[in-house]
Amino acid sequence: MALLEVKNLGISFGGLRAVDDFHMEIEQGQLYGLIGPNGAGKTTVFNLLTGVYEPTDGYIMLDGENITGKKTIEINKHGIARTFQNIRLFSELTVLDNVKVGLHNHYKYSTLTGILRLPRYYKVEKEMNERAMELLKVFDLDKEADYKASNLPYGKQRKLEIARALATDPKLLLLDEPAAGMNPNETLELMKTIRFVRDKFHMTILLIEHDMKLVSGICEKLTVLNFGQVLTEGPTAEVLKDPKVITAYLGE
Amino acid sequence: MKKMSKQLRSNLITYGIVVAAYIIVTFCMQAGMVSSLLKGLLVPLCVYVILAISLNLTVGILGELSLGHAGFMCAGAFSSALFSKITADVIQPAGLRFFLALLIGTVVAAIFGLLIGIPVLRLKGDYLAIVTLAFGEIIKNVVNVVFLGRDSAGFHMSTKDSISLGLEPGGQVLIKGPQGITGTPNDSTFLIGIILILVTLFIVINLINSRTGRAIMAIRDNRIAAESVGIDITKYKLLAFSVSAALAGTAGVLYAHNLSTLIALPKNFGYNMSIMILVFVVLGGIGNIRGSIIAAVVLTLLPEMLRALNDYRMLIYAVVLIATMIFTSSQGGQEIQERMKAFFKRRSKAEEGK
Repeated sequence: MALLEVKNLGISFGGLRAVDDFHMEIEQGQLYGLIGPNGAGKTTVFNLLTGVYEPTDGYIMLDGENITGKKTIEINKHGIARTFQNIRLFSELTVLDNVKVGLHNHYKYSTLTGILRLPRYYKVEKEMNERAMELLKVFDLDKEADYKASNLPYGKQRKLEIARALATDPKLLLLDEPAAGMNPNETLELMKTIRFVRDKFHMTILLIEHDMKLVSGICEKLTVLNFGQVLTEGPTAEVLKDPKVITAYLGE
Repeated sequence: MKKMSKQLRSNLITYGIVVAAYIIVTFCMQAGMVSSLLKGLLVPLCVYVILAISLNLTVGILGELSLGHAGFMCAGAFSSALFSKITADVIQPAGLRFFLALLIGTVVAAIFGLLIGIPVLRLKGDYLAIVTLAFGEIIKNVVNVVFLGRDSAGFHMSTKDSISLGLEPGGQVLIKGPQGITGTPNDSTFLIGIILILVTLFIVINLINSRTGRAIMAIRDNRIAAESVGIDITKYKLLAFSVSAALAGTAGVLYAHNLSTLIALPKNFGYNMSIMILVFVVLGGIGNIRGSIIAAVVLTLLPEMLRALNDYRMLIYAVVLIATMIFTSSQGGQEIQERMKAFFKRRSKAEEGK
């Protein structure tokens, strides 16, 4: 059974049909790409998958559970974590604390324990620090743990966002244009990181991307979206050769 | 780990400043160096410091502008004063009664914070500010029309006047509408004020540096991202707002038990008060707890110290406010600060070198 199964998904904003009859199946451990021209509805699909918007039709199944219409927090608890097209970090918090916020639902103590500094506070905080540093090390951010997140260079902010998403221990990781604004070197490094994340955490990853080098380099399967509808889907190499896709991108 | 110790040091300095202030003032009082005017200001000072710290939790940590903080203080003040008046002869010793009054004032304010917070925290920015402002005014005005009396048949309430309470002979009027509550026992002392400041600091600082505090600050920095990592926005917003309200209630209890007559005036529980607390927070630095304490003390003492200049004192007060704002936020002012910091660093290094 597929990890993520989406059928007949659609949403209308007033008279505008932003996404229509969207479908997608992602297997456990797959690196899946969602591509399409600007305004095709890719980010809207992400927002539907993460509960930012409630779909008007269709259903979303994650690991056999129906998560259609659930709230963002619930969906995160079910196992979908994401990054954003325009980076959304907790800018005033330190790099370490950003990741620790991601660990929020996995390492718990009550507010009162925190205020009274009971032994459990120290124990859980220590575990959190260790786990967060472990994640930061994976992304080579451990030396910057005490920096304010907004003081990181752009490429590292992107990485921190991925680290924070992984801290919630998801089954499926959604990356919204991870290479946006990166230079070719940074993109190459990012490709390595994404592959590494998949292999190390056995993560299933769905990403939106415009950088065709990145898409063809790491994605195993693609879905192409155009005007809110699925244009085609299949293995990366085949899809990218499809004349329909080329037309959608470049015009007649 | 180095950061933890730095944080701990900074917190210890904050506690230290409060304790040192207490020791110095007590010493000066024994030496007879404190004027009666200043003596009368000591408890209100503690009240303002607690209010500033608690409002900083809402404005600086939660990142929402609240203009109704005096309303929560009012709720705490009146509920506790009423309790103390009723039980003045029943519960002895006075220390225990005051402790219970503190709990009641704090809890009542927290309940108000929760009730107001549920609808209000759906709003953002200016809208939230306007609604909290209105709430503060409503509380103050409601208190002004309530008459409460007690006789052998129990409690009587009215919103007209004390005669319409219909008390039996020998019955006692507890709240006299615009004349407020009279005869509250004066339990507040400077020492209690300082202890309450320390408790407030303990609660706020530990809250900020915990899992809950991180969640609250994450919501402040980016609500959408916080939601995406599974933070319950409503829960933590309400929590921060209620704790902030509860601590304002504590300040209210301290305030009420410092006066023999408690009346809700625009000056003490109205809009002016809320704005003044906000000025403390803004001037001390939004999110900067130690800054709020210092700002509250300086800005409370300043007008009193300048009393000799009578007509000019509010002028100087305004100039100081503006100068501080320019100094802390303009580019030129920040450069001067940097240079000063560098200067002190160099000097301390030179001294170490010796």
